[in-house]
Amino acid sequence: MREAPKPFWSPLSAGIVLGLALLLTFVITGHGLGASGFVTRFAAQANEWVAPTATAENAYFGPFMKAGNPLMSWITWEVVGVLIGAFLGAKGAGRISVKVERGPSTSSGNRLVYALIGGALVGFGARLARGCTSGVGLSGGATLAVAGFVFLIGFFAAGFAVSFLMRRVWQ
Amino acid sequence: MSIPFYDGGVAAGLLSGVLFGYALEAAGFGSPRKLTAQFSLRDFSVFKVMFTAVLVSAIGLYILRSMGMMAGNAVFIPTLFFWAILAGGLLIGAGFALGGYCPGTSVVGVASGRIDAVVFGVGMVLGTSAFAWVYEPLMGFYMAGQGPAAQTLPQLFGLPEWVVLLVLVILAAVGFRLGTMMERARGGPLTAEEVCAPDDEADDLTMTAATRQA
Repeated sequence: MREAPKPFWSPLSAGIVLGLALLLTFVITGHGLGASGFVTRFAAQANEWVAPTATAENAYFGPFMKAGNPLMSWITWEVVGVLIGAFLGAKGAGRISVKVERGPSTSSGNRLVYALIGGALVGFGARLARGCTSGVGLSGGATLAVAGFVFLIGFFAAGFAVSFLMRRVWQ
Repeated sequence: MSIPFYDGGVAAGLLSGVLFGYALEAAGFGSPRKLTAQFSLRDFSVFKVMFTAVLVSAIGLYILRSMGMMAGNAVFIPTLFFWAILAGGLLIGAGFALGGYCPGTSVVGVASGRIDAVVFGVGMVLGTSAFAWVYEPLMGFYMAGQGPAAQTLPQLFGLPEWVVLLVLVILAAVGFRLGTMMERARGGPLTAEEVCAPDDEADDLTMTAATRQA
């Protein structure tokens, strides 16, 4: 048996630290934090591996490829940093947990199918919204952008609706 | 002094990322059960952490501008494209409720060992690729309902920024109180012990049964 994991921070403490990290990012770079920008660049690169000509001609991925290696970007280093920071935090607090995390009445196989479908919806949605919960919701919200709050209203509304319809998945 | 520094280098990216990842993990956002418990009203961490972070950062930016250290248009402010941003928010909310993560928290899930987060990442790459291949026919929808460039809530409502910030602080305080009441009524919020256990009890029982059969 290993030792019990250390408790999570209170939402207020975690929110204050996250807010200060976001403020520091604005001060250093002039923009906020993100995540889906990396997924876009990685997807452009992955499509290029599979279908180089079609990707270069694609209206959305083409400009990323024309600008050189799409992964050579600030957002790539930021996501690498997220991996490092989250790993160090989880390791130090005994919160690394290698498993398929799922609700008690969902099998591991079904959980992975839901993860794949959910991920696809999120990937598509993030391109429509021109960013994700971090880029538009959190960072946009912090600049008091109308776009950020429209995003957050949609995010929470659909989250509650789908969660209600699919409550078996997690409960 | 003139800020921001507009430094988009490797060190700047790593620094922001490490702080971002550390804070998200400490909040418990590597666990899809904790994240999605927001939507069953058992755990208000997503709402509380996000709202607090937005306000800390917004107030910080306001102070920097008020002290004359930062120009009003110095940081990137997204422009509204009403329909695409609303639809994108809806899809991300739906995918989060079903798949358990959003893009940033899925990276935290991967870093703390969640195999489902890796599969979620594969799904995101597929969804992003699907978008790229239907981008041209979607272009009309993608650009529809464009608002004024970089419009903010104070501009939209014609109110001073400090009034908007004050209203948001009051809304957050009310949300915190209501959230805590609802969490208590449903046996939440979820703790690290509950979501970071080495394996689920159900698995242990299945394993025992399988061993016995063998």
